[in-house]
Amino acid sequence: MKKTGAEILFESLKQEGVDTIFGLPGGAVLTLYQALGKYAEEIRHILVRHEQGAVHAADGYARSSGKVGVCLVTSGPGGTNTVTGLATAYMDSVPLVVFTGQVPTMLIGNDAFQEADITGISRPCTKHNYLVKDVKDLAMTIKQAFHLARTGRPGPVLVDLPKDVVADSTEFSYPSKLKMRSYNPTYQGHPGQIKRAAKLIASAKKPLIYAGGGVILSNSSKELTTLGQKFSIPVTTTLMGLGGFPGTHPLFLGMLGMHGSFHANMAVTHCDVLIAIGARFDDRVTGKIESFSPHSQKIHIDIDPTSISKNVPVDIPIVGDARNILKTLLKYLEEETGQDWTKKHSEWQQQIAEWRKNYNSAPPDSHCGPCIKPQFVIQKINEITKGDVIITTEVGQNQMWAAQSFLFTKPRTLLTSGGLGTMGYGFPAAIGAQVAFPDKTVIDIAGDGSIQMNIQELATAVQYKLPVKVAILNNRCLGMVRQWQQLFYQQHYDQSVFEVVPDFVKLAEAYGAVGLRATKPEEVEPIIRQALSIPKPVFMDFLIDQNECVYPMVPAGAALTEMLLV
Amino acid sequence: MRHVISVLVENEPGVLVRVSGLFTGRGFNIESLNVAETLDPTISRMTLVTSGNEQIIEQIIKQLNKLVNVVKVVDLTGSDFVDREMILIRVKAEASSRAEVLRILEIFRGRVVDVSPKSYTLEITGDEKKVQAVVELLAPFGILEVVRTGKVAISRGRKEALGTGRAQEQKAES
Repeated sequence: MKKTGAEILFESLKQEGVDTIFGLPGGAVLTLYQALGKYAEEIRHILVRHEQGAVHAADGYARSSGKVGVCLVTSGPGGTNTVTGLATAYMDSVPLVVFTGQVPTMLIGNDAFQEADITGISRPCTKHNYLVKDVKDLAMTIKQAFHLARTGRPGPVLVDLPKDVVADSTEFSYPSKLKMRSYNPTYQGHPGQIKRAAKLIASAKKPLIYAGGGVILSNSSKELTTLGQKFSIPVTTTLMGLGGFPGTHPLFLGMLGMHGSFHANMAVTHCDVLIAIGARFDDRVTGKIESFSPHSQKIHIDIDPTSISKNVPVDIPIVGDARNILKTLLKYLEEETGQDWTKKHSEWQQQIAEWRKNYNSAPPDSHCGPCIKPQFVIQKINEITKGDVIITTEVGQNQMWAAQSFLFTKPRTLLTSGGLGTMGYGFPAAIGAQVAFPDKTVIDIAGDGSIQMNIQELATAVQYKLPVKVAILNNRCLGMVRQWQQLFYQQHYDQSVFEVVPDFVKLAEAYGAVGLRATKPEEVEPIIRQALSIPKPVFMDFLIDQNECVYPMVPAGAALTEMLLV
Repeated sequence: MRHVISVLVENEPGVLVRVSGLFTGRGFNIESLNVAETLDPTISRMTLVTSGNEQIIEQIIKQLNKLVNVVKVVDLTGSDFVDREMILIRVKAEASSRAEVLRILEIFRGRVVDVSPKSYTLEITGDEKKVQAVVELLAPFGILEVVRTGKVAISRGRKEALGTGRAQEQKAES
């Protein structure tokens, strides 16, 4: 049957199982929006207030649900506004398909109104992108875009749709098979390598698991937990890996790296076998590369071959899907009979326990004077919600305090921009997560700087009755910038302290949401409880101590053992 | 160390910029780059000359492989291969020096492709050393312009298969 390009797009989305898209219309996509009206029953469109918000919301939807997030925006500025969102998703390997409108093919290259070379602009921040020049190629392109987004190392894919292409018609049938000769991600790890890894782990006296976001993406937190538990191997995770191993487990050491726990950084420095799973040895994790885990033999499991030996040379690389590999690894390890794993690693566990005791990085509680401590707010959120919540964060101190103080016990419960470090991510991401899970509590832990970067999405949350909660840790400054200036730039607080901060309570009310404020520690708990009881978006404005810094801290470029402790 | 890398890519618009963008974006060097269609019109071959230590070359190859449009990457360096470059040189050729320029050209088995009253345009093909030697020998006469193709390279023996129309079967085999 003949269909227009616009109909083909939505028919194809249905075939891909898409029931929600985030977008904002404009001149070049009006044909698409008109057609979307006919699919309103099957495809829900969430109208955002800025295209960056659309991509972050789709990203939050994807990270929380594991499905592909989908956006639809117009040409020119619509497309360029998606760039930060695409780069955010690309760095953190989030499956997205972003459709951008484009001027008619005959006008491409003419500097037409609202024309931008979006495939050119987005090339380095997408896994792949397409400009569809013929309606006959549309269905296959969409099929490929979804395939690329969700397979291998996931990532964002952009599809640029000229206005005349979506208006044109052709015979439609959604391709059932896909052939891409140049794209074949590896899923099964090499059995020989996995066997070698098992032998090495069995021979270790001081093994350590270092798990990253790949564990979440590959849904292998169950296998990871078994690996740690059964063979008595302590686990540290990256920011992206939080929730991949239960944060309440005695084997869990917390996050490692720049703001990692003291014992995690000590353990990674002194271990003899380091098992990296779905992590990429990022500079915020390794610190000074020459001093990173200098005594260990390293096993690296990753689906992306480029991650392996990029920053740190490894002894046993295993390319493939973490879940498949962990399953096989567990099988091989179980064959190593006659081992009393607990006893074997008890000395190592003791050493770690000592480090843990020596510097207990547990942040201060409420009895810290008249000021609200940000860690206290986060601990209270953790306590009151019993951890059954999806947390999103912005970027800066709020992000690190959330990572340190909240005990994430399940995967896909922390949504945060780890790689790109995008301020303004958390709020729209929370909206996306709330769309995916209408009945869950979703809380964005924000700063007063970050929340202002996508605050317009409050209108979206109010419109769709998404009861997202935002905990603003309000220190009237760009806290992490200020912290670096305090520690490394001789207390020159250049441009980091705000002279004007909006009244977030009134601002929330202006949007039709609810605003609450706490200025004293004893107000924290009642306000969180009150916010959670309101079935509407709520801004909680916590006026926190401006001088509070994130500790421990490894200065950029220093070794992990050179931590600044409080 | 210098490496000659042969890259087979889908013959589609935008592929060249994906490859060159990868090099600039990740701070890799490109000394020369040559692209043309293969026998299989759906595949193009790029011959890339780059340099870096072992770790960088490994990253370059992995990153190239990661590009969705890249079908196959072969690092020819260290294997048995032949490489050639062609240059076109316009060199001053006054009455007094014409004979000498032609003599040099003959030694290097080059050809005259254009003549004007005061210059010759010459075509020379060879490996890097030969091409360099010609340029050096002709320099004293006065070189007006040089255009070089950059290296093209092919491995010796039969392992070449992709880009000859049997790409898919070969990929399946390997």
